[in-house]
Amino acid sequence: MFKVDTAFKWLCLGCAGIIGVLMMGFFIQLFMSSMEIWNEFGLGFIVSSEWNPVTNKYGALPSIIGTLSTTVIALIIALPLAFCAALFIVDARPQMGNILGQAVDLLAAIPSVIYGMWGLFVLAPIMQDYIQPFMVDKLRMDKLPWVSDEFNGFGILTAGLILSIMILPYICAIMRDVFQMTPAMLKESAYGAGCTRWETTKDIVLKYGIRGILGGVFVGLGRALGETMAVLFVIGNMMGMPDNIFSGATTISATLAGNFPEADGMQRSALFALGLILLAMSFAIQVFAQYYLHATSAKRGEAR
Amino acid sequence: MTKTRSILPRKLKDLAIRLFSGAAVMIAVGMMLWIIFTVVHYGYKAMSVSFFTNPSRPYGIANGGIANALLGTVFITLGAAIIAVPPAICAGIYLSEYKDHKKLVNILRFSANVMMGLPSVLVGLFTYIIIVIPSGNFSGFSASIALGIIMFPVIMRTTEDMLAMVPYALRESALALGMTRTRTTLRIVCLSAKKGLITGVLLSLSRVSGETAPLLFTAMFADSWPFDFFSSPTANMPVLITEYATNSPFAAMHQAGWGAALVVTALVLIVNLSTRIIFREKKHGH
Amino acid sequence: MAIKIEARNINFFYGAHQALFDNDLQIAEKMITAVIGPSGCGKSTHLRIYNRIFELYREQRVEGELLIDGQNILSPNVDVLELRRKVGMIFQRPTPFPMSVFDNVAYPLKLHFKLSKNETAERVEQALRGASIWDEVKDKLKSSGLALSGGQQQRLCIARAIAAEPEVLLMDEPTSAIDPVATLKIEELMEELKKKFTVMIVTHNMQQAARISDFTAFFFEGKIIEFGETQQIFTNPRNPKTEEYITGRFG
Repeated sequence: MFKVDTAFKWLCLGCAGIIGVLMMGFFIQLFMSSMEIWNEFGLGFIVSSEWNPVTNKYGALPSIIGTLSTTVIALIIALPLAFCAALFIVDARPQMGNILGQAVDLLAAIPSVIYGMWGLFVLAPIMQDYIQPFMVDKLRMDKLPWVSDEFNGFGILTAGLILSIMILPYICAIMRDVFQMTPAMLKESAYGAGCTRWETTKDIVLKYGIRGILGGVFVGLGRALGETMAVLFVIGNMMGMPDNIFSGATTISATLAGNFPEADGMQRSALFALGLILLAMSFAIQVFAQYYLHATSAKRGEAR
Repeated sequence: MTKTRSILPRKLKDLAIRLFSGAAVMIAVGMMLWIIFTVVHYGYKAMSVSFFTNPSRPYGIANGGIANALLGTVFITLGAAIIAVPPAICAGIYLSEYKDHKKLVNILRFSANVMMGLPSVLVGLFTYIIIVIPSGNFSGFSASIALGIIMFPVIMRTTEDMLAMVPYALRESALALGMTRTRTTLRIVCLSAKKGLITGVLLSLSRVSGETAPLLFTAMFADSWPFDFFSSPTANMPVLITEYATNSPFAAMHQAGWGAALVVTALVLIVNLSTRIIFREKKHGH
Repeated sequence: MAIKIEARNINFFYGAHQALFDNDLQIAEKMITAVIGPSGCGKSTHLRIYNRIFELYREQRVEGELLIDGQNILSPNVDVLELRRKVGMIFQRPTPFPMSVFDNVAYPLKLHFKLSKNETAERVEQALRGASIWDEVKDKLKSSGLALSGGQQQRLCIARAIAAEPEVLLMDEPTSAIDPVATLKIEELMEELKKKFTVMIVTHNMQQAARISDFTAFFFEGKIIEFGETQQIFTNPRNPKTEEYITGRFG
């Protein structure tokens, strides 16, 4: 009998250990598979902007820039929306809030390839016919250095927009937790001091739950950074350096998915190197996210 | 008396935020409805019996269906479940039930949390390196491995959370009756958390069944029936949608793509919604 | 002796459940009025009407009139933000805001007044002195309010409340989460506070009510059973229920 218990415990430990092995395996395998690139270009691969399979010259910079710029646009749009939507859902009548919360959560359940299709057939034409002309002709935004008067519906801005919708439910769910975690008495004392609801939220709830909010930001950041299909459909897939937010561009994940089947030799190694860069970025972001969310859940435990 | 700040601007600001909050929720829910409406609107025209019974056909040949892709997706997803669920539940049991190495448990839990947030495209790349290259061919099986890797940390963490909700007294009373630790864990603790565990598995299945990026590196696509599951490219829904939407100039294929999108979305949302409703009942029951 | 607040025929509901029945009460200006009664008798509920904090919760509803300086503050025309400046509140547990000691007190000032930096600093010091906590915190104004001890936190909250120049202070069991020595300090402080403010205190501690208050209202099952001068209530209660309660036979 005793032996069964010990064996079962080791079995469980072994299974749990898989996660650690996988984690390390990701880094090791991607690093080994991209050795060729690191030997050839060194860290210069990260800052080089050339991508030419004919001359066998590869650089990660355009993909990195595309990844970062779409992510930043997504966050700029999604953050205030998610914050305010969470505010509304938490303050609504319980039944109403529940339904709205579930409805927003459904956004996270829709497969990313569906977002991609919707982006390709619905959003991109709308961008080309209405939004981009409006930005250029009416708002005269082409005077800004990072906006141009040439557009075709695809590009960084469109990808950023789709990403913002995709990451919104993740951020919103975490913000809802943060708002609900604030002790009622602390909120009451803010109202008791004569605060409006917005003043209570921005000066008290936000400060109290700042770590949770940051955790939510990082979770959204991580999602946007690695999203592949939705971006692949609308980014325009240009390997060059983007000039502005209307430019066709690429992201690390879109480059991986778009070029992998045809790639071999050096180019394939370059793709693995891009994967390693994405892994390092995502890993760092997840570590931050977990650090901040962990602090929040500890606080939540305390409050109970 | 001191000069007081006037209240009106403060109230207007508050009102503006309230209105914006309402608008934000409407935008979020509206987007959700818009996307689903689009899929239904374009997709329902593709619906017919032959659409579900015919396999996909090469470009330009009429009467293609999705039967092989649907079956392939079922194979791949079930394969992923068979590979990932048992060890993931054992891993979850370790996190929740064995507290003697707290530091190790914390590290493993942290790794699982981090893994859950890693992009699925990297899982595809990783599986390509460890399965596709050594075996020499793309296969449905390698896709199962990739989706299994995605499911693993999710189920591991849900298992831990669900088991942690089982009252400690239940374990103690089972142990006091003379049951072994293993038997207590499996027969008492896991059984009383059964509903939560099933919910976790179903939700993660519904999530991975729509995953596309990892399949581009593993299953690829084929117009054949998915019976060479272990040794050749295997038809599946997400890649079919991708192919038809992006690589084809034919309107008929776009429409078939929308039809496939509708089927996938419907499946994912039905599983998602029904498990949520079941889970809510459970919460109310306690 | 002037009447500052007058409650007329107050009824209070949590959804369909009625918690207060026909409460009538007169609160004397610059005196301490204690509200006592067994737990669940509605004494906190009653207090939470005076700054309309109950309105945060949808299902809570009040009927009747509550006059402060003759104005019915329950009327929709009364601005609740201005009301809450005039009627400050201290809670059962200390609730310092997640910011520095200085900012905790400066916050309501910034909210309600237009003040220069120097004026603000002056007011903050004044309020902290008024809550007799200045000497303890003057060297750590920039550290977090949460770093203070429980008793200090509660006095910080009192400083925060009086900084906004209120006329009335509501205290909802302010010492229930605080050790006896710190409680004594707050009781001493209340003697000072009543020189400037009209104070209402809910307490489950009868000795506290007897020690510090001028008037006492005894609540039972949502009704005001007896109200009068504290000395009279504790030495010569008119209602047998009051007598039973203060002699410790229930509650």
